[in-house]
Amino acid sequence: MSRPEDTLRRRSDRNGWLLSAPALALLVFAASGPLMIVLVYSFLEKGQYGNVIWEFSLDGWVGILFSRDIFDGTLNLADAHMTIFWRSVKLSLLTTLITFTLGFPTAWFIATRPPAQRALWLFLMTIPFWTNLLIRTFAIGEILRTEGLINTALLKTGLIAAPIQMLYNEGAVLVGMAYVYLPLMVLPLFAAIERFDMRLLEAAYDLYASRMQVLRHVILPIVKPGIVAGSILVFVPSLGAYVTPRILGGGKNMMIGNFIELQFGQGRNWPLGAALSMTLLVIVTVALLFYVRAINRSGSGGGSHG
Amino acid sequence: MAERRFSVAGLPGFATIALGVFVCLYLPIVTLVVYSFNGGPSIAVWQGFSLHWYTEAWGNRAVQDATLRSLIVAAWASAIATTLATMAALGTTRRAAFRGQTFIYVMINQPLMVPEIVTAVALLIFFASIKVATGYQGLGYLVAAHSAFCIPFAYLPIRARLEGMDMTLETAAADLYATPWQTFRHVTLPLLAPGIAAGAMLAFVISLDDVIITEFVKSGGQDTLPTYMLGQLRRAVTPEVNAISTALLALTVLLLTAFFLLTRKRN
Repeated sequence: MSRPEDTLRRRSDRNGWLLSAPALALLVFAASGPLMIVLVYSFLEKGQYGNVIWEFSLDGWVGILFSRDIFDGTLNLADAHMTIFWRSVKLSLLTTLITFTLGFPTAWFIATRPPAQRALWLFLMTIPFWTNLLIRTFAIGEILRTEGLINTALLKTGLIAAPIQMLYNEGAVLVGMAYVYLPLMVLPLFAAIERFDMRLLEAAYDLYASRMQVLRHVILPIVKPGIVAGSILVFVPSLGAYVTPRILGGGKNMMIGNFIELQFGQGRNWPLGAALSMTLLVIVTVALLFYVRAINRSGSGGGSHG
Repeated sequence: MAERRFSVAGLPGFATIALGVFVCLYLPIVTLVVYSFNGGPSIAVWQGFSLHWYTEAWGNRAVQDATLRSLIVAAWASAIATTLATMAALGTTRRAAFRGQTFIYVMINQPLMVPEIVTAVALLIFFASIKVATGYQGLGYLVAAHSAFCIPFAYLPIRARLEGMDMTLETAAADLYATPWQTFRHVTLPLLAPGIAAGAMLAFVISLDDVIITEFVKSGGQDTLPTYMLGQLRRAVTPEVNAISTALLALTVLLLTAFFLLTRKRN
């Protein structure tokens, strides 16, 4: 490479950094940087009225799994915490499963419409995607409420004598999360199915494959990147969900997100809250790395399937 | 169609499930909108059309304040995020890959990956100490936080637009002795404008909708519309919340439609 080209290249690189610098500075100030502070806080002693005392302590991290007995100071497995973790993981996995079961046929339906109609169906799926999560949670809550639409209709038709309590339990949180996160599953699935070559289906049917075999051995392997993408996009926010469990679950059905908030509110245990936040961040990062690996693998190996 | 042909792309039951999904997706939203016009205080028994709950909400001082605050924060956040995202997009596209480019991508998209509750907690801790140190309690914290998480949303459409533009016109301008600034001002910027407008709208909608980070960052008496609604949901629910939701919903749909029209023109 000649010298002037080198100089130009270096100047271009420098401009790239200079132009990006203000955005990076703001992100460090109000997004990434504070995460480091959370990490530091997780290793400090808790203050009596919230906040922290600047002394090193592992209590925050120990507190994730164990609680200290008030009388003899022994550590016991914290059952209440386990219940919350288990509920979060269980509801997030179920949400992913439900949204996939309903989302796959929906995405397939949209992708197989005639092109003129397809844009409209897609737009119908995009509107809820961009609509305020709080409003959508609130909307589904109004339907499930004791004085809501379902109960009113059932009472009127005489099918039930008294309203059914549908809100404030795990079922309500699950229905709510499946409702609000469904578009996150459908949109990447649609993107994958749209690229799918329908002639492969003709080939498979010509070779006497049954519907089930076609679905299992032709369609699902090829749209796998979309399935992985949709599942991650649903699983990650489900695990960190805060608004939906708070509104639909009531106080008793906390998930990790609400549990973290509790530590900074009434719980007054900032180090524990910080340690929990870091744990959630690690789980999410692992899930995202898994996703990147799955995408890369299917991207490079995709050709051999065809 | 009289005869039923075997369709290769058809899978039994899929259309039924899909239509069911669309009905379930819209039923709650439509119900919410319909009952915002209810004459009575019920969210499930229809008592005649009325704009009562809209006038009720509009006359409510807390709602007025929250609406104004939401719009101010969203306007600032959208303006700041779009400016910074435009610069970053210019810095990271249409040039040879440079060392650290991946790092810049990861940093810009970081708000999309970190769970919102974690960022909210981090900002709570960080801003609380700044509040103590400086005594400043204003809207600046909300604007800074919103601007930061809006950056990736503004960045993506702008970058997409830039990647679709080749350097021919800029090169021509440079050949005609235009300074880099003149080239940018009179060639690049007008071509990029639809992407910037799309990014700004997306950022505005995202800021307007935010609940969790706002809830943690706001000082006392700094409710935005979403956090005001979240607070209201603890009490008995009247169609007033439906009316506020419907107004917010209408604004979102309006901005999104504009966004789609802007991005579609490109093709």
